[in-house]
Amino acid sequence: MIAYLARVLVRSVVTLFAIVSVTFIATRLSGNPIDTFLGEGLTTEGREELIRYFQLDRTLWEQYLAFLRGVVSGEFGLSFVDRRPVTQVVAERLWPSGQLLLCAVALTIAVSIPLGVLGAIFRKSWIGSAVMTVAFAGYAVPSFILAILMILTFSYWLNWLPVVGNATPLHYIMPTIAMSGVLVAALTRFTRNAMLDVLGQDFIRTARAKGLSEARVVLRHGLGNAGVTVISVIGLQIAGLAAAGSVVVETIFSWPGIGQLLVTSAITRDYPVLQFGVIAVAVAVVAINALTDIAYALADPRIRLARS
Amino acid sequence: MTTFADPIPAKRRSRSDAIQKAAIAIAVVLFAAALLAPLIVPYDPLAQSLLSRLRPPLGFERYAPLHLAGTDELGRDVLSRALYGLRLTLALAVAGAVIGLLIGGTLGLIAGLRRGWVEDTIMALVDMQIAIPFTLVALLILSLMGSSLTVLVLVLGIAGWEQYARIVRAEVRKLSALPFLEAARTAGAGPLYTARRHILPNLVSPLVVQFTLALSNIVILESTLSFLGLGVQPPQPSLGSMVGLGRDYMPTAPWIVLTPAALIVALTFSVQTLGDWLRDRADVRLRDR
Repeated sequence: MIAYLARVLVRSVVTLFAIVSVTFIATRLSGNPIDTFLGEGLTTEGREELIRYFQLDRTLWEQYLAFLRGVVSGEFGLSFVDRRPVTQVVAERLWPSGQLLLCAVALTIAVSIPLGVLGAIFRKSWIGSAVMTVAFAGYAVPSFILAILMILTFSYWLNWLPVVGNATPLHYIMPTIAMSGVLVAALTRFTRNAMLDVLGQDFIRTARAKGLSEARVVLRHGLGNAGVTVISVIGLQIAGLAAAGSVVVETIFSWPGIGQLLVTSAITRDYPVLQFGVIAVAVAVVAINALTDIAYALADPRIRLARS
Repeated sequence: MTTFADPIPAKRRSRSDAIQKAAIAIAVVLFAAALLAPLIVPYDPLAQSLLSRLRPPLGFERYAPLHLAGTDELGRDVLSRALYGLRLTLALAVAGAVIGLLIGGTLGLIAGLRRGWVEDTIMALVDMQIAIPFTLVALLILSLMGSSLTVLVLVLGIAGWEQYARIVRAEVRKLSALPFLEAARTAGAGPLYTARRHILPNLVSPLVVQFTLALSNIVILESTLSFLGLGVQPPQPSLGSMVGLGRDYMPTAPWIVLTPAALIVALTFSVQTLGDWLRDRADVRLRDR
């Protein structure tokens, strides 16, 4: 188990290191980092001071090391737009994003697991086909189109739901559904396939043979075993998909979260915020992946004992 | 689990046969429309006509003749713009999918043929690419480098390479263990000859499937980036940016948004169905699912 933990940890650290390096290379490739990173409206003395402070007169290699030192000590610079530390700017956005994410994941689980199980049990009847069609359509409709269609129907046409912000519980409905679309498609498909794999195993036949009720066979022996794989997908795929989805959905609904912040800063070229935001979200995704790997290994001895 | 006692399903996947045929027909129509856009559209997609702004589509009051899907806030023909947008979106998607195929296919082939640290490094890169939410990296790159079409194509190309690499490596490893390759090696075939003569032909069908599925993912990524204002820049029309810019007029002129949105969904749906259909044909193991 310790060897497994070490491997997960090393892989996460290497991935994070790569992300930080890629953001460094991307920001330095795109022209003069002084213009990119210091912003406008500075005096000549101020510029020189900052150049010396950020060590931009050194070689690229020394700059890289300085950048890594900054990352490790948590110094990511000031936002161009509101002249506050970017860590502070991003931190304010964490909770709204987290709330939306939790709602979306809860809705996804509540919808996809029952659908996936139904799809597996009734895979040869119309119910199974209907489930797969829904899952399939979920992949084909990008989240921004789902959001736009909902806004048209429920806000402009029926006048039921508000569009902008996160003031009341009603504000959560459309963003949550828009975020969940792709996630439901992914998780339903996966639950169905995992259930099919498990339901084909010998121990299911044994469970039926010893006279257990069908509900108990499917839910306890089937879903109980498929659940481990399903949870790993929630951790591994959903984290990445949700990060991408939140960017789009938060922008459309002016949700005061990290996704909207990233798009705004990308468009206004507020590079320190954008850079730190990308790193922060990447850290979150990598951390969730690592925790999922560990949880998966705890649940399944075959994984933690293999290859070590 | 298929056992020998199971009868072979006489009419497999009957439910989706009709859907699949329809989807393939839609895909053909969309590709044809994109290819022939300059010949069939009634208007120049950039031509403004301030006297006939925000006109609704055919069948509504105030319809302006020949603007079948209405006009936008500058009096540009929505249908013409949507078809040109479809053309650009498809061109970008195909270019991106080809770049991904070249990068991922090459790396996967190398990883499968040369074991050891080369394979470990490539597979570590694959794991990394999977772990990083790519939309964010795309945001960063496009914001820093500017949204020129060259940068956009490269970003779309990098977006899906890891899937190709995984598939190619897995196939190569599977094939390498088969007797006919051993026979070829015993007969003195070098690694390059083996790769070209024996491995590549066997990779065609999984790669075609992956290419189709990647195409639809790239269409979604491109439309999303353009929707956010970071992809194709105005005045050049792209389906995503049409939806993004038309958002402001949604309460009064929803057709500006609905036409490109419908085209995007039709495109991703038909291409995905096509990919699924190809995968079912290519992979015997999935046929019963």
